[in-house]
Amino acid sequence: MKKEIYITDYNCVTPLGFDVASNWNHLVEGKSGVALHKVIENQEAFYASIIDTEKLEKEFKSNFANPDFTRLEKMFLLSLKPLVEKHEITEETAFILSTTKGNISLLKNQTALPGGAYLSNLAQKIADYFGFKTKPIVVSNACVSGVMAIAVAKNMIQAGKYKDAFVIAGDEVSEFVISGFNSFQAIGTEPCKPYDKNRNGINIGEAAAATYITAAPSENEKFRFKISGDSAINDANHISGPSRTGDGLYASIKNAMTEANVTSEQIDFISAHGTATIYNDEMEAIAFNRMKLQNIPLNSMKGYYGHCLGASGLLESIISMESARHGILIPSKNFEETGVSQPLNIIKENQSAAIQYILKTASGFGGCNAAIVLEKC
Amino acid sequence: MRLLFWKNVKMKVMKKTDSCIMEHSKITVNGDPVFESQSETFHDFAKDAYKSLELNYPKFHKMDNLSKLAFLAAEMILKDEDHSRTAVVLANRSSSLDTDFKYQESINSQENYFPSPAVFVYTLPNICVGEISIKHKMQTENAFFVLDEFDEKFLTDYAEQILLSGKAEKVLCGWTELFQENYKAFVYLLTL
Repeated sequence: MKKEIYITDYNCVTPLGFDVASNWNHLVEGKSGVALHKVIENQEAFYASIIDTEKLEKEFKSNFANPDFTRLEKMFLLSLKPLVEKHEITEETAFILSTTKGNISLLKNQTALPGGAYLSNLAQKIADYFGFKTKPIVVSNACVSGVMAIAVAKNMIQAGKYKDAFVIAGDEVSEFVISGFNSFQAIGTEPCKPYDKNRNGINIGEAAAATYITAAPSENEKFRFKISGDSAINDANHISGPSRTGDGLYASIKNAMTEANVTSEQIDFISAHGTATIYNDEMEAIAFNRMKLQNIPLNSMKGYYGHCLGASGLLESIISMESARHGILIPSKNFEETGVSQPLNIIKENQSAAIQYILKTASGFGGCNAAIVLEKC
Repeated sequence: MRLLFWKNVKMKVMKKTDSCIMEHSKITVNGDPVFESQSETFHDFAKDAYKSLELNYPKFHKMDNLSKLAFLAAEMILKDEDHSRTAVVLANRSSSLDTDFKYQESINSQENYFPSPAVFVYTLPNICVGEISIKHKMQTENAFFVLDEFDEKFLTDYAEQILLSGKAEKVLCGWTELFQENYKAFVYLLTL
């Protein structure tokens, strides 16, 4: 019998708020962090979900004395602080950090590589601040990193390598990332519309999120979600284009549900990836239908937060658990008319629902996909 | 004591069947040198190795250096065997910073602003895992970690739990580190 692993606490720092409660309240009101921002000098503005730097600085100053951190590091520190205050760090506590680009903005106009650009240095800096005793583990698996980081924590605790884990995920909106996705012509010209007929690309977003994961939850926890199954299968098809058959996502969902021992009918809600690019959303629709999940209520959070890259999977998992706790399904923002070839049950307005089993998925460059099943206990 | 003993027994269950090291313009497979080049740059070494191994895989030339390194090392031990149940777990220190740095140079100047999608796609370390998966049709579990140094125990632990879970029968595991002319690949196949 395998050990049962639970998420018992979480926090997030996003344009919609610096804690889970303010994020949730804004989501229920339908607020979005996406707005027009000038990210690159001398270029048109892009729709992106960006944290107000002044507000972030103010929040940071009221929580931390030492100002010597990058903007992204401040987001990480703020997201993790309340969890570290509640849960003890021991020699058997893992520290797992999910990111795609870390402090990539430090590269600008440099002739040599700055130390802060190394993801392991970024992780060590955060780990040292809070006094983690084990070596940090950085998961950098494109846009599935956040979902995968939860799976890594679950699997390593289950294997007896750690007793518990703090998992944090973060990425920042940067000229580097915006210019890159723009060169791919993947950025939408308006607030993104996942699964919609008129979708035309992503909005980049930024956020930091943190969770506490343990095999031995204390009696005082306000909630617990069991991580019942996980899988991350490669499409083996193309390094930047989503699979036309949805093979990798289909297999990831199938494996995760098999491990969780749940059927498609038992899933109450899908927190999907839904980037609002033509091919990604179509690929997801195919994979969900192959799994006979087309009738399960589904949303993408990208209309609220944009695509937060390495943070998205963890942030969206947190919001999906909040949905289950409040018994409210949040609509897939900006969706009006279906624009994928297969049916999906896309949530159009706030609706109450009893949620026990959540399926969270993600897909990304390199042909990677990831799925986890979370069970409200 | 008991715990230690149990761990030792469990470690013995894992078998390392094949391994490949690539560094200093040299490729070693299962301890035997199989290729060496006089070229001074990684780029030329990789090209020489590709030719000498008669890989005949044109996509190779589009890859960035990190992907070339990981791809060649994987090629040496995956060969033409069936890998439909082989997972891929790789790690390194420099992530994709080699290509990140090149990409950043293409956008540093407003006058010479030429971001290229063909370069940008390689600014993620897991792309090399995708390249290996495509070549060998591996629709399997995969993960990429960034660590401050090679940690065989961590990778082996991670591979072991994948094997024990039944999600794969073999794991292509290892370290694929590259930044400019500093590189080292050490990859190996693990089974239960």
